[in-house]
Amino acid sequence: MANELNKLRQTQAPSPATSVIRAQNLDLTFQTNDGPVHALKDVSLDIGAGDFVSFIGPSGCGKTTFLRVMADLEQPTGGTVTVNGVSPEEARRARAYGYVFQAAGLYPWRTIGGNIRLPLEIMGYSRADQDARVARVLELVELDGFEKKYPWQLSGGMQQRASIARALAFDADILLMDEPFGALDEIVRDHLNEQLLKLWDRTGKTIAFVTHSIPEAVYLSTKIVVMSPRPGRITDVIDSPLPRDRPLDIRDTPEFLEVAHRVREGLRAGHGDD
Amino acid sequence: MRQSVVPVLTVVGALFVVWYAAAVWLNAPWAHDKAKRSGEVLSVSALVADTWAQDKPKLPAPHQVAIELWETTVEKKITSKRSLVYHSWVTLSATILGFVLGTGLGTLLAVGIVFNRTMDMSVMPWVIASQTIPILAIAPMIIVVLNAVGISGLLPKAMISMYLSFFPVVVGMVKGLRSPDAMQLDQMRTWNASASQTFWRLRLPSSMPYLFTSLKIGMAASLVGAIVGELPTGAIAGLGARLLAGSYYGQTIQIWSALIMAAALAAALVGIIGILQRVTLKRMGMAQ
Repeated sequence: MANELNKLRQTQAPSPATSVIRAQNLDLTFQTNDGPVHALKDVSLDIGAGDFVSFIGPSGCGKTTFLRVMADLEQPTGGTVTVNGVSPEEARRARAYGYVFQAAGLYPWRTIGGNIRLPLEIMGYSRADQDARVARVLELVELDGFEKKYPWQLSGGMQQRASIARALAFDADILLMDEPFGALDEIVRDHLNEQLLKLWDRTGKTIAFVTHSIPEAVYLSTKIVVMSPRPGRITDVIDSPLPRDRPLDIRDTPEFLEVAHRVREGLRAGHGDD
Repeated sequence: MRQSVVPVLTVVGALFVVWYAAAVWLNAPWAHDKAKRSGEVLSVSALVADTWAQDKPKLPAPHQVAIELWETTVEKKITSKRSLVYHSWVTLSATILGFVLGTGLGTLLAVGIVFNRTMDMSVMPWVIASQTIPILAIAPMIIVVLNAVGISGLLPKAMISMYLSFFPVVVGMVKGLRSPDAMQLDQMRTWNASASQTFWRLRLPSSMPYLFTSLKIGMAASLVGAIVGELPTGAIAGLGARLLAGSYYGQTIQIWSALIMAAALAAALVGIIGILQRVTLKRMGMAQ
């Protein structure tokens, strides 16, 4: 297994310093019945290969919209964005990313294994390959043995892990996560954060992660993007000085608290004009 | 289950009391006329006994209908033209065929409406308009037109059943196929799923609860369609024919037994769909 994972890491982790997602002067205005809403204004950002980038900000700051633009679920009205060097649409067609939504969104009529198999069926993987991949990602999210269970037989946290496994099952080296743990309680959340870091370390994926929890953002990320609303824009980008290896109690160290403080300052500054 | 037995029996009992009382009230004039002509004076008990045992009552008493039902189902050979089982089968076969055709047509139209914007804009108004035409007005025309091109028997009746039963299926399936939420559709998009993959793997399974609700309404409508379809054929066979013949000859007992048979048939058919619904949705993890 360890060998297999090493191989996985070698094939999936591109050389560092190459930029996987690049946004330049991104603008997005929604036309609504109450007039135009400026969801993103002049957003520029580089996400390198293997980065774990968190987007944090109050609701309406455009963090989810930004993620959806990367996923080709929203069309920007100005500026450019590339994913793996191509347009988001081409990246989506090439199945370059896995997307994890706030709700697990598992189909009740499929088993956990069947749910993870779903994107694999759609993408035309062979039956044997599907079986191998399902087993591998279930092991990655520590759900081995739950393949034959139905979603309603699992807790909310386990369902969300299954949905992460589903996003990992195919060969996408980018993982886009939109507040995946937002609906879970604190204890489950801590546990899943720890697991997610381990998983990121083992697979070498590039992760873009939307959250509104400061400790979660600081604990997980190599880079924290602070955003503010009306219009949605980036107010601060913090490169985390924390080491890659992070036990949960790192959250009590002065370095951690310092980063958290800077994030809080950034959020407060963004709110200054309210 | 057990707790519902007493209330249900109470309601049924109350209905029987009302029914027997109404039979006395409605059939009393006839009994009085008869008595007057023969110069008798009716006692209350004789009046009641007479009103519950007339040959052609305005309202037959429950036991008269029950006896008629027994005689025409159990005591007649099912090949006999007077067997209610034979007539029920004639109606049932048209109902089932019409229901199957209607479900197929309704599903096809719903798929078209969901996937094709032109169909969405153009077909739905016609579907609704089709149901505003009284079925009694259009049924004879369907029979006559199909007869003119040489089609008679089961199919014309099934067409009328189909005409009534496709509507709830269209409405329910359009709603059902559109029931996946924006997140589920976005998710399919992130996997670059084709429209047909989204249909078979997401839209169709999601529509199942809506489909079964529609099928129940469609089945009942289909039975009504088959009975109405039997009325203009000159009353040869089927429950509709029994109703028509009964009304020609003032055979109210025959009418009522055909009505009860039709109601029992509808209840059984809808009940079967209900069981299928429960089993399917439970297996799909979608039972409410």
